[in-house]
Amino acid sequence: MSDPRTRELAIAVRGLNKFFDEKHVVRDLSLEVRRGEIFGFLGPNGSGKTTSIRMMCGLLTPDSGSGTCLGYDILREADAIRRRVGYMTQRFSYWEDLTIRENLDFVARLYEMPQRTRVVDEALERLGLAARQHQLTATLSGGWKQRLALAACMLHEPELLLLDEPTAGVDPNARRNFWEELHRLAARGISVLVSTHYMDEAERCHKLAYIANGRLLAQGPVDEVVRFQGLSTYSVRGEGVTTLASQLERMPGVDQTVAFGSVLHVTGRDAAALEASLRELAASRPDVQIERIETSLEDVFIHLVAHASEDAGGGS
Amino acid sequence: MSRFSFSRWGAIVRKEFIQLRRDRITFAMIVVVPIMQIAVFGFAINADPRHLPTAVVRAEQSEFTRSLVAALEHSTYFDVVEELPDEEAAREALARGRVQFVLNIPADFTVRLLRGERPAILLEADATDPAATGMALGAVQPLVSAVLAKDLRGPHAALENEPPAFEIRVHRLYNPENITRYNIVPGLMGVILTMTMVMMTAMAITRERERGTMENLLATPVLPLEVMTGKIVPYVAIGLVQATIILVTSHWIFGVPFLGSPVALYFATLLFIACNLTVGITLSSLATSQLQAMQMATFYFLPNILLSGFMFPYAGMPRWARWLAQLLPLTHFNRIVRGIVLKGNTFADMVPHLWPLALFMLVVMGIATRFYRRTLD
Ligand SMILES: Nc1ncnc2c1ncn2[C@@H]1O[C@H](COP(=O)(O)OP(=O)(O)OP(=O)(O)O)[C@@H](O)[C@H]1O
Ligand SMILES: [Mg+2]
Repeated sequence: MSDPRTRELAIAVRGLNKFFDEKHVVRDLSLEVRRGEIFGFLGPNGSGKTTSIRMMCGLLTPDSGSGTCLGYDILREADAIRRRVGYMTQRFSYWEDLTIRENLDFVARLYEMPQRTRVVDEALERLGLAARQHQLTATLSGGWKQRLALAACMLHEPELLLLDEPTAGVDPNARRNFWEELHRLAARGISVLVSTHYMDEAERCHKLAYIANGRLLAQGPVDEVVRFQGLSTYSVRGEGVTTLASQLERMPGVDQTVAFGSVLHVTGRDAAALEASLRELAASRPDVQIERIETSLEDVFIHLVAHASEDAGGGS
Repeated sequence: MSRFSFSRWGAIVRKEFIQLRRDRITFAMIVVVPIMQIAVFGFAINADPRHLPTAVVRAEQSEFTRSLVAALEHSTYFDVVEELPDEEAAREALARGRVQFVLNIPADFTVRLLRGERPAILLEADATDPAATGMALGAVQPLVSAVLAKDLRGPHAALENEPPAFEIRVHRLYNPENITRYNIVPGLMGVILTMTMVMMTAMAITRERERGTMENLLATPVLPLEVMTGKIVPYVAIGLVQATIILVTSHWIFGVPFLGSPVALYFATLLFIACNLTVGITLSSLATSQLQAMQMATFYFLPNILLSGFMFPYAGMPRWARWLAQLLPLTHFNRIVRGIVLKGNTFADMVPHLWPLALFMLVVMGIATRFYRRTLD
């Protein structure tokens, strides 16, 4: 792989397609992840995130398309990719009838790591599971299993991490530590592709991709993704505003309303029409406070999903 | 492509052994199943029936014949229920199932005995159910010797020397093949190995897929060949342990003779285990759940047990069934085991049954590697 571009790209895939029987699960997916970048992969349930990640590390064969992972061809050089990539599956996939230590030790053996004992000891120490290392993995709580899986997939010091919802079910504190660790890794030049459903996590990524129905809808840095959609958002605050939602959605320029407690976020593409509608609302309801705010990532994603299903003819 | 790595392979083997050690039920099955089966076939099914109805056709009454009949009854194996006038009546009693045995003492028995002519007594047995007659027949010869030892004293003592002064000819009617537990217990070895080996390997590999751990394995550098061969090593060990349990119990508890060479037997057993493991791997590639794997294993197991000559005599089957049986490894293995254990066969005698096993293994291994999925597709 002498192409200097693929050298600096951790992942570069073009036009990936995957069918399960008749079902088109991933459509023309093209992605680029730079080295040392934390790349967030977002999308609703069943949108094809896991399937895409599996294709990138050679676990599934794409029906068409091509690409490289760390400069190795995803179709022909899966062996080389496997040695350099750490893949954390969405579903816990370590052996529950092995102890915590045995699991880590087994992984270290599979990667034929020298100084296995030291590596495993350090991993246990970092995890904070050294005292429980001889406990069966089945006895760990869900969040701890998740943390063990993460430690195990990073054991062989991969150059690229593919993490499929690594923090699902993990408490906020552990999640923060986890993201700090990811940023430290990225600073050392390790690339990370991470799928998540959490907006706060999405905002901590260098770049994002949003996929729905197997189609890539947006890609880029967080602020760019937000700006690119050209949305305007207002917050509507007051007594019982949430009941206004259906009324608002019928007004011109209003594409969506999202309730956050007693606040309603009203979003639309047509800024002028939206402003006119809200002025009209303000006139009829002097008790509510209306204020222009920055469009959040969440507003953008909700907008994207609504649009994706319009494009696909009414939903999945 | 990367090369086969013994350290990765060793990691898989190690992991399998650890998991197996923790899996109490499987572990118990390995040891308990063969012992239970042998116990069932050896004690319960092939019990030692006594008080079997017996008729006597006595053409003469003498001291000897009276002692003989008394001794028969005394052994508790035989209950003399009828005295019959002649051979024809005896055959009828046997045919109707009124009696299981007929003891036929010829007219000039005593005279010829005293003359030292070694006269014969005929013991006819209804051997349709060999389990019912086998033990009783085994008891007859020592019984007769005992009678002789007691009665041939004094003036007739000269007759009591080798060879015995008279002989008992046993005539088995209706079932010349005469399958006894000598035949069944060695046969059990193949049956138990088929059952546990196929089912365990099929389930062991399907389990990884069902629990999602296969995805993890596939994402590491470990090769499919390393996974497959690594996973079956513990089962080879298990198979050998089971074979040993069966041989030891059948020999020491049931007195089944062991005439041939243990080396030859273990060699054949290894080959047979390999056959079953390849079948297990193939089934695991086709099955998507452990339940399916188990159903497929049963599906494979049934024709093996029915056609291999374990349950029904091979010679008694129609041509198509015999042809089918030739394709099954258990058929060949049963013959090898019986040959070695009961007839003292050597390697050379085994060859006609060894190569079909080897061929079977190679063909199925080809199928297994073809179907084995390197990816999750
Ligand atoms: N092995 C498979 N066979 C058939 N269909 C599949 C298979 N795996 C996934 N699918 C389908 O492909 C689609 C995408 O699934 P995928 O798991 O990639 O979604 P996802 O984005 O990871 O969803 P989630 O956020 O729930 O994890 C779904 O509709 C799913 O039903
Ligand atoms: Mg998923």
